[in-house]
Amino acid sequence: MKIVYTDVLVIGGGLAGLRLAIGAKRRGHDAIILSLVPAKRSHSKAAQGGMQASLGNVAKGQGDTEDVHFEDTVRGSDWGADQDVVRMFVNTAPKAVRELAAWGVPWSRVRKGDRDVIINGQKVTITERDEAHGLIAQRDFGGTKKWRTRYAADGTGHSMINTVADQAIADAIPVHERKEALALIHDGSRCYGAVVRDLITGDISAYVATATAICTGGAGRVYRTTTNAVICEGIGHALALETGVSALGNMEAVQFHPTGIYPAGILVTEGCRGDGGLLKDVDGHRFMPDYEPEKKELASRDVVSRRMEEHIKKGKGHKSRFGEHIWLDITLLGEKHIHTNLREVWDICHYFLGVDPVKEMIPVRPAQHYTMGGVRTDATGQSPTLKGLFSAGEAACWDMHGFNRLGGNSVAETVVAGMIVGETIADYCDKLANTPTVPLGLVREFVEREQAKLAAFTKGGKEDASIIKGEMQDLMTGKVGIFRTGRDLEEAVDKLQKLLVRSRSIGLRSPSPGANPELVTAYRVQRMLKIALSIAYGAAVRTESRGAHFREDFPRRNDAEWLKRTLATWKSESDTLPTLAYEPLDVKRMELPPGWRGYGAKDYIDHPDTPERQKAVEAIRAQHANDRFAMQAALMPYEHLLPEVLRGRNERIDERF
Amino acid sequence: MATATNNHRKLRFHVLRYNPAQPNDTPRIQDYELEEAPGMTLFIALTEIREKQDPSLQFDFVCRAGICGSCGMMINGRPSLACRTVTKDLDADISLAPLPFFALIGDLSVDTGKWMRGMSEKLETWVHSMGEGRDFKRLEEAMDPALAEEVYELDRCIECGCCVASCGTARMRQDFVGAVGLNKMARFRLDPRDKRTDADFYELVGDDNGVFGCMSLLACHDVCPKNLPLQTQIAFLRRKMVVQGTKG
Repeated sequence: MKIVYTDVLVIGGGLAGLRLAIGAKRRGHDAIILSLVPAKRSHSKAAQGGMQASLGNVAKGQGDTEDVHFEDTVRGSDWGADQDVVRMFVNTAPKAVRELAAWGVPWSRVRKGDRDVIINGQKVTITERDEAHGLIAQRDFGGTKKWRTRYAADGTGHSMINTVADQAIADAIPVHERKEALALIHDGSRCYGAVVRDLITGDISAYVATATAICTGGAGRVYRTTTNAVICEGIGHALALETGVSALGNMEAVQFHPTGIYPAGILVTEGCRGDGGLLKDVDGHRFMPDYEPEKKELASRDVVSRRMEEHIKKGKGHKSRFGEHIWLDITLLGEKHIHTNLREVWDICHYFLGVDPVKEMIPVRPAQHYTMGGVRTDATGQSPTLKGLFSAGEAACWDMHGFNRLGGNSVAETVVAGMIVGETIADYCDKLANTPTVPLGLVREFVEREQAKLAAFTKGGKEDASIIKGEMQDLMTGKVGIFRTGRDLEEAVDKLQKLLVRSRSIGLRSPSPGANPELVTAYRVQRMLKIALSIAYGAAVRTESRGAHFREDFPRRNDAEWLKRTLATWKSESDTLPTLAYEPLDVKRMELPPGWRGYGAKDYIDHPDTPERQKAVEAIRAQHANDRFAMQAALMPYEHLLPEVLRGRNERIDERF
Repeated sequence: MATATNNHRKLRFHVLRYNPAQPNDTPRIQDYELEEAPGMTLFIALTEIREKQDPSLQFDFVCRAGICGSCGMMINGRPSLACRTVTKDLDADISLAPLPFFALIGDLSVDTGKWMRGMSEKLETWVHSMGEGRDFKRLEEAMDPALAEEVYELDRCIECGCCVASCGTARMRQDFVGAVGLNKMARFRLDPRDKRTDADFYELVGDDNGVFGCMSLLACHDVCPKNLPLQTQIAFLRRKMVVQGTKG
């Protein structure tokens, strides 16, 4: 049995995993990163448009602070988020941007003087301040009050992961590429590492670690139509779920991005709309102001996606040979802007659609985009139920996005969570009591169990892994999509259970040695089905609408009954459904009690504690009206949750210390 | 959609197959037939072949949107990204082979990641800031907006390996850092945050495995999927390194 020992085992080589490993290594703990692909090819790379952090350098961002970013994020989440975590996040994001700037990310910079921009379809001249010249620039994004999204042209995620991955190389952190974790090694209360398969040789080994972190990104590929890369199959989620102990939070919260190109589903950035692009229907009519007079094209993603689908249902979609879609019009932004700030968009349109977005409109329709749910952790990134297990980034539910994530908050979360959890995990490893006595018998048992599972696929089973996967993806896109009903969801849950049972009889057609792509599909689809079931079953039981989870039969947000987080566990290997439990959110502690988001539906059912908390909050706000820091501390103290090195106020042009 | 079926071309893929993990396997060309569909890319085509015809076929895709650099392969003899190659731009006979130069994993899959990591370690492809500790609570250092854009232009490399696969020098020198490495040096040389001098860069690329190994055949420039200005960057870097070398 081959065993690799390390202090910190990081599963996933995207931005969250890389930054977490750097944090742990700099604190003196060895880290090994396992990655399905070379780190720079991770899906973090696909974040085109930008990263939120309240620097307030540009004129349209002036007055932005952590407070505004906090409120935008909580409203965006439809009050599903953990407000402590949101506070930790918004206070760390400016530090993250500045750290990345020092490490080499070529953020776009402010140029002083006049410049023309498109706002609400009109050309407007903005004058940038002299003192902002050369500082990091911001653009507009959906669901934000201020221009807050910093960017590197339209290759933001690309530049970020290039820089952070190179920093990991500088710190001599090994990335074991083309390695896949098959199972966590644990005894029901403590995690000891993972069983790992080599995707070149097919060899199985064990990685034993003091701390294990799941940083594997999203699960978009359980859907047919998704913007996610082909590796985003929710395998990290499944690793946690299959322990039977670690829970997944809010898996029914799935975001659909308004502008996947139609029909391929490849993302074109929210920056298109942030920079002034418009959504138009079959008649060339700009319809978003009809539905959302306040935020128009820049309401949150869940709202824009629903309005687009609603408009298509009214017969206003453009009918193409593949089906109906909406038009995204960025022609008004002009050739120069498109060729510099939206060049990846131009590339994608050119190569995949044969469309020149300088002259023609882009066919778009909402596509699965982001997995808000994930491995449930506390505010420091540690699993509350499985000691030694941590999670960060899209794979985690710590829970900063609640039921809808704001554009630009995901890449921001990856590095911020990496910074925070990197420190937490180092603290954990510092303590002698946390150094495990490794039960080698248990390690061997887990390795042999995984080997036996792989061998079972060569025992003449009649089911085809690709077919099962396809049926699952069709069910998810067809029945567990943007508009959900009890009937569709029950049907999906029923059929997914049958697929799960069938997946236990998968047999390989090709027993080829080495990587064997068919074997990879076979063992992954069994895990993906458990994730799909966690999403569909969670959605079927949640009889309300919140953020991206929209039930046509229960269209109102219902704080009285559903202001709580779903926790899914998989108790036994023979189960065909997750076991659901619920964790209430405490209104009495909230800095921002539930209310209207400022866009989308206005009617919701209040939680009984909300009016009282609202009154208390207003009194505290009045008392500290002149000092936003004192006000915040009185409303909801959170700083003790942050690692010490990440505490402290952020300087701005308009806020010097 | 259905009515158009009869007009669709039959595509014939000729794929170089070889699985090093299979004892006694020998490299061979295997043919697959597939009906073309509207908007079909090589990502869609190869995925369909694997799902419906040959589950053992190995290839790499990740983003399938032309940004991650995973799917470089020889398409009709030319290194390109398969995911954004649309079949309608090709003849009905399509030959596919793995990128040369890199270690073969199997069929169309090669290990670019390992080579790129080695190149990065050798050339130290990160900002060398001389260890001053910045306080990230404070305002960031200002940078000229035009310079930031120039750095971004060179930072657009996706490490797909097409430049190395098309390189004459790389055929002869296994340790040549390739256009990808030289472009990175140009990128960090331009970046004011990197405190390295030309003397430092000369130590890294001032030899035949670096900028003086380039024979200016410049296939790299022609095949770069990101249209990076490799020709000018290599020429510029060579001039600077000659100046540095003659100081000597």
